[in-house]
Amino acid sequence: MAHEETVYDALDHAHGGEGQWAFGTGFDDPLAGVDTTIPDGVDAADLGAYCLMLGDDALVLCQRLTEWATRAPELEEEVAIANCGLDLLGQARLLLARAGTCCVLGRSREHATDSIPDEDALAYFRDVDEFANHHLAEADGGDFAQTMVRLLVASTHRLALVAKLRESRDPVVSAIAAKGVPELTYHRDHAARWVLRLGDGTPESHRRAQVAVDAVWPLTADLFTATDVELRLVAQGVAVDPADTRDEVRDVLTMVVERATLTVPAWPADRPSPGRAGEHTDELAPLLATLQGLAREHPAATW
Amino acid sequence: MSAPTVARPTEDELQAQFDATIAADHRIEPRDWMPEAYRKGLVRQIAQHAHSEIIGMQPEGDWLLAAPSLRRKAVLLAKVQDEAGHGMYLYSAAETLGADRADLTDKLIEGRQKYSSIFNYPTLTYADCGVIGWLVDGAAICNQVPLCRSSYGPYARAMIRVCKEESFHQRQGYELLMTMMRGTAEQRAMVQDAVDRWWWPSLMMFGPPDDDSPNSAQSMAWGVKRHSNDELRQRYVDMSVPQAEALGVTLPDPELALDEATGRYRFGAIDWAEFKQVISGNGPCNEERITRRRAARDDNAWVTEAATAYADKHAS
Ligand SMILES: [Fe+2]
Ligand SMILES: [Fe+2]
Repeated sequence: MAHEETVYDALDHAHGGEGQWAFGTGFDDPLAGVDTTIPDGVDAADLGAYCLMLGDDALVLCQRLTEWATRAPELEEEVAIANCGLDLLGQARLLLARAGTCCVLGRSREHATDSIPDEDALAYFRDVDEFANHHLAEADGGDFAQTMVRLLVASTHRLALVAKLRESRDPVVSAIAAKGVPELTYHRDHAARWVLRLGDGTPESHRRAQVAVDAVWPLTADLFTATDVELRLVAQGVAVDPADTRDEVRDVLTMVVERATLTVPAWPADRPSPGRAGEHTDELAPLLATLQGLAREHPAATW
Repeated sequence: MSAPTVARPTEDELQAQFDATIAADHRIEPRDWMPEAYRKGLVRQIAQHAHSEIIGMQPEGDWLLAAPSLRRKAVLLAKVQDEAGHGMYLYSAAETLGADRADLTDKLIEGRQKYSSIFNYPTLTYADCGVIGWLVDGAAICNQVPLCRSSYGPYARAMIRVCKEESFHQRQGYELLMTMMRGTAEQRAMVQDAVDRWWWPSLMMFGPPDDDSPNSAQSMAWGVKRHSNDELRQRYVDMSVPQAEALGVTLPDPELALDEATGRYRFGAIDWAEFKQVISGNGPCNEERITRRRAARDDNAWVTEAATAYADKHAS
């Protein structure tokens, strides 16, 4: 009986008990209470552009993972994929909000009304050529093997980056990175377990896992060449040179793929990332159309 | 090897013990003896509940990719994830009675077990996500809070955890509607339209009226169910009317009125013919819901097989 009353009680006070809300679902600005002063000697436009790169990778990959919701192989996997999606969404929100504090809002503010927070102006009101994510994040999800191989590659790369970004001179980036390390460690571990099971499972799963590895590998070409923005920020102690993650990423991926009894394809030659420059494959526009459609239909609405 | 000679209790003694446990309002646990009909009835009820959690991910899941703000996307993803968790606890509770999750899922897909008919309606606008939280999770709470005292221990414990999360869902849904009602005229119209479409189906969530509810009497006697369908429905109406007023929406029932004498709300007649149509498979989305669930099982069967093969190879 006591419990019955407690539950009804909770309903009556519809707006109390903030502490019980799930992470990221409260009302606060994601950076509330954080000192967002730009550190001395750091170019705000560069810092904002850098946050968009990392934020867009997370947002776009979250969208790809979320495509699995209600379609995953097991209920446990529904929960796991939602966990990864929520973590990436949380990282994206913080990074886009940080870009907003750097006044890097691009054309988004021409469309979004003032009632829309920066993170949403950036997520919903930028066009495809303003997105800075790598092609790795936007590539079509494919089957479960492809989803897990891509998650393995993306989380291995992102973990290597954010582990170093904990030392960033920008306290906001450093805090976001510190929060991201355990999250991405879990994503990498989860994906690696699946790649092992699929690679070393049945002949069919082995075949599909190899197809997935072969399809995802070429996308690693874009991951290790710094943009000019990154090089300037590396000099200022804010960013990490992605080239410095190359060995670690390749070692981890090689180890997992070999243990999964799969063949490690040849590594593609590095190239500057077209995605970072706003050049995308045809797969991004439909993804963004779905993401942004409703928000754009109601530019004066608050949600 | 000689077994100690302990007199095994007779069927009658076991039944008497079970009856005494129920009478004392104590819990039946998985290892306790229970009548076969009690076990079967519980498996049926818990499985139906588990299926409802899982199928219930779909209507709102359809908006996950299109949620209109990043915060709303986080709220919705966390909610849909919670529902998967609810399904998992409930299937586990059914497994303590000897059922098997994969087998129950097959029965759902083959149409041999049911799920709540409410999830056979489509989500046409984003306001539907708010209204589902407010009304559908709200109705689920009214149904489920009494189940926290179900006579079957694992079910009761699962319900305590589930109800806590459902109450967050209800608030989050209501809070979305509040925000939309403060927004543009179009947003307010969306909310009213969604309320118009979901109100009557939500009343049907409590099941057929008491005089037409075949399994209810036995479930009440066994302490599996605690209140009649009509009693719970009345509670839900009484709780929802003031919430609708606070929100500024009209519930689509001209007969809805406070009965001063009882302090309860009278409401119009429910269209049970529609309920029967939907529950028997002819609702707007029945086929779509089951097709998607079947595809999740069949298209990914190779993944499950791989996991089993891998576990067998690496069992040490
Ligand atoms: Fe639930
Ligand atoms: Fe719920």
